[in-house]
Amino acid sequence: MAQAPVLPRGFELPLKQRLPRVGAIDQVAVEERAADLAKRSIKKEAKVWALELAIRCCDLTTLEGQDTPGKVAALCSKAIRPDPLDANVPSVAAICVYPNLIPAAKERLAGSGVKVASVATAFPSGQSPLGVKLRDVEDAVAMGADEIDMVIDRGAFLSGRYAKVFDEIVKVKEACGDAHLKVILEVSELGTYDNVRRASLLAMAADADFIKTSTGKLPGAATLPAQLVMLEAIRDVYEETGRKVGMKSAGGIRAAKNAIQYLVQVHETLGPDWLTPDLYRIGASSLVNDILMQLRKEKTGAYQSKDYFTND
Amino acid sequence: MTDLQKRGDRSPVPTDWTYAPAPESTDIVRLQERYGLYVGGEWLETKDQFTTIAPRDESPLAEVGQASEADVQNAVAAAREAFKSWSKLPATERAKYLFRIARILAERSREFAVLESLNGGKPIKESRDVDLPLAAAHFFYYAGWADKLEYAYPNRSPKPLGVAGQIIPWNFPLLMLAWKIAPALACGNTVVLKPAETTPLTALLFADVCRQAEVPPGVVNIVTGDGSTGAHLVRSEGIGKVAFTGSTEVGKAIQRELAGRDISLTLELGGKAANIVFEDCALDQAVEGIVNGIYFNQGHVCCAGSRLLVQESIHDQLVRKLKRRMSTLRVGDPLDKNTDVGAINSKAQLDRITELVQAGTDEGAELYQPPCRLPEKGWWFAPTVFTNVAQSHRIAQEEIFGPVLSVLTFRTPDEAVEKANNTMYGLSAGIWTEKGSRILWMADRLRAGVVWGNTFNRFDPASPFGGYKESGFGREGGRHGLEAYLRFE
Repeated sequence: MAQAPVLPRGFELPLKQRLPRVGAIDQVAVEERAADLAKRSIKKEAKVWALELAIRCCDLTTLEGQDTPGKVAALCSKAIRPDPLDANVPSVAAICVYPNLIPAAKERLAGSGVKVASVATAFPSGQSPLGVKLRDVEDAVAMGADEIDMVIDRGAFLSGRYAKVFDEIVKVKEACGDAHLKVILEVSELGTYDNVRRASLLAMAADADFIKTSTGKLPGAATLPAQLVMLEAIRDVYEETGRKVGMKSAGGIRAAKNAIQYLVQVHETLGPDWLTPDLYRIGASSLVNDILMQLRKEKTGAYQSKDYFTND
Repeated sequence: MTDLQKRGDRSPVPTDWTYAPAPESTDIVRLQERYGLYVGGEWLETKDQFTTIAPRDESPLAEVGQASEADVQNAVAAAREAFKSWSKLPATERAKYLFRIARILAERSREFAVLESLNGGKPIKESRDVDLPLAAAHFFYYAGWADKLEYAYPNRSPKPLGVAGQIIPWNFPLLMLAWKIAPALACGNTVVLKPAETTPLTALLFADVCRQAEVPPGVVNIVTGDGSTGAHLVRSEGIGKVAFTGSTEVGKAIQRELAGRDISLTLELGGKAANIVFEDCALDQAVEGIVNGIYFNQGHVCCAGSRLLVQESIHDQLVRKLKRRMSTLRVGDPLDKNTDVGAINSKAQLDRITELVQAGTDEGAELYQPPCRLPEKGWWFAPTVFTNVAQSHRIAQEEIFGPVLSVLTFRTPDEAVEKANNTMYGLSAGIWTEKGSRILWMADRLRAGVVWGNTFNRFDPASPFGGYKESGFGREGGRHGLEAYLRFE
């Protein structure tokens, strides 16, 4: 039975008709479910599989004012071969950098299969005129970015101007051309899970390829309940339209143990289809080394010190 | 580039993520080969024994005593003797013992959780995260009341009733023990407790907690056995109180037995709770609540949300989501930390579930079970949902006490109330809506002892629990729970 869309103010016309109803999120229950799933006990070969998947899904990220071509090139080498001592450890999915660093990354990653993602649209605040944002995206694409991580205009969203947010995403998507678009909601600024769901649906209606939790610039970023709310929105869109939208969690995922919890949630909410770098990413800078440490432990039975793993 | 090419040659990555077994170790539990009865602080041998087994693989766990009429009389006599001094003890002293028991339960919770799952079949994550914390919390809570009875009932001189005969079921063996024993002792009574025939082991381990806490001999007595032991306990002279949790049928028999005798009675019996879902609810969270409401503890829950009343406008969407969610339930070894649905407690219960599910199919309801491989040994039943159920079907009326959900629809809040109340039971109900005012409006009209709003199967020692109609009478938990173990002058 088709459900008539129930849409908030400013939300009405541009949205695809079959967009599922916005619906509500119960905070207590969603946090409980997330905590429950986090208790799954993943061991042995299932753990190794998950850890390797986490690496394959990783967007190795550096977004600092002090980034240089040299630093980015070093990180790219790490991205291609995370563990110099173990060629069986897969490459990460992508490197995520500021636009100016795209050429350096492109050069080092050539032929490796590792993608270059660039943040754009006045990252991280998104508080700039649309023209600037679009130019930002066009430049990044022209410099060779395979993927664009844009931020939504939270100011517009929180003041109820959903149509503005929607139109901006549509225009950015056009400017992306063939590049994949990830839309950052910055969930810790949205205040409620209802807003997280609303922003997720809005981004997907505007044709985002991925929806992403956070910029990584704020504390309390990619929490498990926030990811769960977004995954459920992705599932609703998939069930209504058959379209598979990707998910990226970024910000605060530092331990291998946490990465597994995020993957379990994807597995049990969206199913095995989403357990691929084409549809799931983890944005992180320090996570990879913790995973390498765990993998080495699973293979040798002993933990090794941090000095056995390269920092970049 | 050689390394890169090598990576390219790696065998394709499997897309299937099968969780490896994550069994909780049973080493922490030291079972005796044979258990007697715990009477007067000592272990008494019985003439007859029976074997208690693990529902997950039907393997024998221990030999347990079958208490005869004389054994029960002994236990009641020991409890009467102990009552003389226990009831005179300063209330703060009684509280100390209860606090001690609570702390020991918390300390030994892993041991108890493993044994509970082993003997009862419930998933370890439930015994670990629900049964044990709640059981300890009950003792903590009633320990706090022990010296405040005068404040709970001002100017009414609350006095203990004497010896409480307590008979508990197999679905939450230790938790039901805590619900019974904690308030009884706090009020100054002594107890003779009979655990369920299929799940005596945690109660027997609890006897060791009493020893460790140095509870005076005879204050807590534990007699094991089948229904006849319970009958002896109910008939015995010298008890002042009977508290029973179990089936409505046995509850009625107890009430008949006690008619004309000056014995206080509380009954907590069956249920057929309505879980009412309105179209404006938080849908995915409601689905979680429905799953928790009926598949928690394999549906062996008297307050289980076994009747799902869905507003017709969201029926199809909700059922689709529910079926998808059911397909992720992990059915299997109760001792595996990832198990969501464990083993059915006994062969007899499995037969009853099977019979009622057959009746559902025969009456024309539509059955769905997610594909899941059930273990070969032990007793199992796949999570089941019936759609297209009518109010007159047996599966909408009778308590199944298994992982079986019946889905019915309604159109208006009035109709939801009418359908929810149209049952001989009245233990619990759930309401799912974003409208707070509607939750209150519904709660006023539902004839059920517990009404949950946007949640289900939540328990707290401070919250009274009990039924309307054939779900029994009397309240357990909270200040209300004290009243069942007191008389007033």
